[in-house]
Amino acid sequence: MTTSQTNPNALLHRRDVVNELVRARGELLVIAGLGAPNWDVSAAGDHANNFPLWGAMGAASMIGLGLALAQPKRKVLVITGDGEMLMNLGSLATIAVEAPPNLVVAVLDNERFGETGMQKTHTAAGVDLAAVATAVGIRASRIVRTMAEVTELRDLAHQGRGTAFAQIKIAPEALVFVMPPADGVILTSRFRQSVLGDEALYN
Amino acid sequence: MTEVAAKSAGATASPALPTWPDEIYRVLKDAGVKQVAMVPDAGHSRLIRSFEADPETRVVTLTTEEEGVAMLAGAWLGGERGVLLLQSSGVGNCINMLSLPTICHMPLLMIVTMRGDWGEFNPWQIPMGQGTRAALESVGVIVNKVDEPHLVASAVQGAAHLAFNTWKPVALLIGQRVLGAKNFKELARK
Repeated sequence: MTTSQTNPNALLHRRDVVNELVRARGELLVIAGLGAPNWDVSAAGDHANNFPLWGAMGAASMIGLGLALAQPKRKVLVITGDGEMLMNLGSLATIAVEAPPNLVVAVLDNERFGETGMQKTHTAAGVDLAAVATAVGIRASRIVRTMAEVTELRDLAHQGRGTAFAQIKIAPEALVFVMPPADGVILTSRFRQSVLGDEALYN
Repeated sequence: MTEVAAKSAGATASPALPTWPDEIYRVLKDAGVKQVAMVPDAGHSRLIRSFEADPETRVVTLTTEEEGVAMLAGAWLGGERGVLLLQSSGVGNCINMLSLPTICHMPLLMIVTMRGDWGEFNPWQIPMGQGTRAALESVGVIVNKVDEPHLVASAVQGAAHLAFNTWKPVALLIGQRVLGAKNFKELARK
């Protein structure tokens, strides 16, 4: 299905990547950054254990940190975009210092601000997010270019054996929007009820 | 007033430390706070030391205050309560991120130590200090302020109950009247 199987230089397709990251998701908790990563995660299947963002650009990685600290027995996967990650690079330093073993941050890097007209982001000029993550202290940081590496990342996220970061190079393609509920109260309540049980409804 | 304070300190070598930082540590523990997100401020230093010595609390130092707003949203999604400790200058860094607790009906307790307020010596603190309340209110945060040391603990308790029982972002501003205004110019002369 993907051309990457025949052409080793072809960029990955974002929905193939996300489908693989959440394959057989079990108890995995997923935070999705605003814009296309939200639609990608939703296209893979709307789920109570997803918290897809519709705003608050720059929030995804730190929501992942707070959640990972609060739920040390659950695995947390943050799926966001290069623009969203660039808005809050400092959070990588904070995450590196806290180093929760159950947190993986995966950046879908199309080198573009996709929702606003495909303007180039800094990664198009060569800014290496994985090197930034390594430099601040997330040792398990990598650039991902093949589906085999995506599967490795999926396994890391599902196993929770240390904080990890990945910059996944994907094609700049504009796909159909697949939207989860937009109401933040619905997203929050269903996530908390799913993770914490019915008790969450009573505070 | 300075004279009275000096006299009441009497023969002791150092003036009595204010008790409110210890009181609000107890209040926040009673409120179930487990995650403390902060960019340090001198006014919060004693409270931060108490939390750092507490094995039940996770203290997370941030690179910018807005990180804490997102982090405590994640904490809430995972069933933990937290507090964000910041200086008023950091409030401006949080504004768009505050749409998260506002639109999701998540509790957020912010304890803001004021600058650019009573007795300020540094003109660069004035714009954000004077704009703190309006900035917070403009994005739907409920703002309380306390200016008397003996009222700080009850003000924190009230703000915590308001945030956690009604799922609202609430900021408590602790005025410079409570903290004592810094004067670096004095320090420079010494």
